[in-house]
Amino acid sequence: MSTRTCTDPNGSVAVVGYAATPWLRTAQTTTNGVEMLIPLFADVFAQTGLTKSDIGFWCSGSSDYLAGRAFSFIAAIDSIGAVPPINESHVEMDAAWALYEAWVKIRTGEIDTALVYGFGKSSAGVLRRTLTMQLDPYTVAPLWPDSVSVAALQARAGIDSGAWTEADMAAVAARSLGDATSNPAAQFARTVDPEVLMSEPLWADPLRRHDIAPVTDGAAVAILASAERARELRENPAFITGLEHRIDSPALGSRDLTQSPSTAAAARAAGADGVQLAELHAPFTHQELILRSAIGLGDDVRINPSGGALVGNPMFSAGLARIGEAARAVWNGDAERVLAHATSGHALQQNLIAVMEAK
Amino acid sequence: MRQKVRTCFTREVTAELQTLSAPMNLSFDYTRSLGPVLGAFMTNLRERRIVGTRDAAGRVHVPPLEFDPDTTAALTEIVPVSDTGTVTSWTWNAHPVDGQPFDRPFAYALIKLDGADTSLLHAVDVAGPEEISTGMRVRARWIAEPTGAIGDIACFVPGEGSGVPELAAPSGEPIEILTTPVALRLEHSASVPETRYLQALAEGRLLGQRCGTCGNVYVPPRNACPIDGIPTTEEVDLPDTGVVTTFCVVNVPFQGQRIKPPYVAAYVLIDGADIPFLHLVLGCEPSAVRMGMRVRAVWKPREEWTESPGNISHFEPTGEPDAPYSSYEKHL
Repeated sequence: MSTRTCTDPNGSVAVVGYAATPWLRTAQTTTNGVEMLIPLFADVFAQTGLTKSDIGFWCSGSSDYLAGRAFSFIAAIDSIGAVPPINESHVEMDAAWALYEAWVKIRTGEIDTALVYGFGKSSAGVLRRTLTMQLDPYTVAPLWPDSVSVAALQARAGIDSGAWTEADMAAVAARSLGDATSNPAAQFARTVDPEVLMSEPLWADPLRRHDIAPVTDGAAVAILASAERARELRENPAFITGLEHRIDSPALGSRDLTQSPSTAAAARAAGADGVQLAELHAPFTHQELILRSAIGLGDDVRINPSGGALVGNPMFSAGLARIGEAARAVWNGDAERVLAHATSGHALQQNLIAVMEAK
Repeated sequence: MRQKVRTCFTREVTAELQTLSAPMNLSFDYTRSLGPVLGAFMTNLRERRIVGTRDAAGRVHVPPLEFDPDTTAALTEIVPVSDTGTVTSWTWNAHPVDGQPFDRPFAYALIKLDGADTSLLHAVDVAGPEEISTGMRVRARWIAEPTGAIGDIACFVPGEGSGVPELAAPSGEPIEILTTPVALRLEHSASVPETRYLQALAEGRLLGQRCGTCGNVYVPPRNACPIDGIPTTEEVDLPDTGVVTTFCVVNVPFQGQRIKPPYVAAYVLIDGADIPFLHLVLGCEPSAVRMGMRVRAVWKPREEWTESPGNISHFEPTGEPDAPYSSYEKHL
């Protein structure tokens, strides 16, 4: 494994704008994201005073399988108004990885602002089945294991090994649902005792409904700027001091599913020590437990004050939303040093860690 | 298409607009080259044998990996493993979806076959979650006529099988290509402007929308002006006549083709619109079609009209003098 580090202690790039749609089970939009994105662009431009002609680079994350058509991200560009032509790129992944590309691009010095967006209409198909397309197409996908079944295999592995219990998982759900009561964008929220959750029926043994992130339509947008520009655009920008992503083997049966070596490696490379708040992209309760352990987050770290992906998991923007929510905590002065995590693939296969701080 | 009430995604019902949606079924048979390792796996499955690859540390990977996940070394040593193994994790899939091994509730499990050091994901056929547990012994149940695919193992069932087979050379041709069908069902939704456009087509009208900033008229209307990035809202009734801006003569047959080649697919710029759309130009020899040719829509019989661009069968020449190049130059 490479020994490179992706720390940038002085924070040469900062997050200066963030907006997201409410997280809805079914948004009445087309799959190309245009209706969702136009108001979000207006929002981040209002936050920063920028206009589209000020943006040096645009990068998006979305999925053709989710939209059910080829090159679906091209249609989304209508929402930008790309005349004169823009500098644009796309990843077929969560937009957190688009943010990584934009971060690298700004660090090259070629540009000083970038707008990153992700969108997905998960409700257009059967999401847990569509996500089978992320599995090995030779020996696994022909059996059509859905994303909930794969996560359930992971959850059982941890329960069997003693790494966590169903009660630990319910506690994650109860905290997330409770935090969501102060997040108006959340898909659902309630104050509930973990023991009440434990009494609910199994949906995909050993998972209950509260262990599984909902199907969510939504989009998110963030603006990055070089350190010099960032100070002009917003008070108290969230300076990115570390950003790294790593991947584990796609062979599910050769991994220890109770661990996330790629998260641990990314957190080490990004310099995750000393964060006060962490937004973790855990679409299943037990995955938050894996992530906290892999990153080494202590009990004093505030986890997912937004409620996290368990109360709204818009595909291809939920990871970017973690970065945006964590950045917002820096802007507001709620925390000095924060961490955001994004995941892609089944059973936490690929993981990204961003560390941001006030300066 | 069926109709449903549209609500704005800001959670407020802003208008009682009716948008159209329709089922969209996508399917595609991917043909995948296998290479020597996966080829050996599939060829052996056809013989009701399961094989893996052994790495330098002596671990046996099943399904076989082509490269060592730790060292990246190419793995080439094919070794047979048992048809019987131990459940290392399982879940009860109470809500099966299309394509899965059973259309009734069943277990998915990770199974470490005897002789393997990694686990294989497959289905286990038991009646309920109380009949499966981690550590349980299971054996492969084969389909009647294996073809060389992971589905040759119908599922695993409790019990002991026949153990590790001899690694005899498989009979017959080695399997080098695997076809993996993909089928997805989606509900495709039209936007508000698209819905208005489709509803107008059902009445035999072409309805475009004008951008309030640049003034461009789009037909079909887009959700936003691609120049200005703002929603278009002003509706414009357009005629069904226009100009061929550019075209091609289709000579190549392809699957799903509705007309016998040669025929002309052309960009038609409707009079008053600023963006051309692709349609057929029939009613003359393909060799007679030219840039600037004036054309008119030929509609299907009224009783066949639906909310579809297919209401226009094709375009045909009007016989008018050609439009000057300068009139469509900026729309090419």
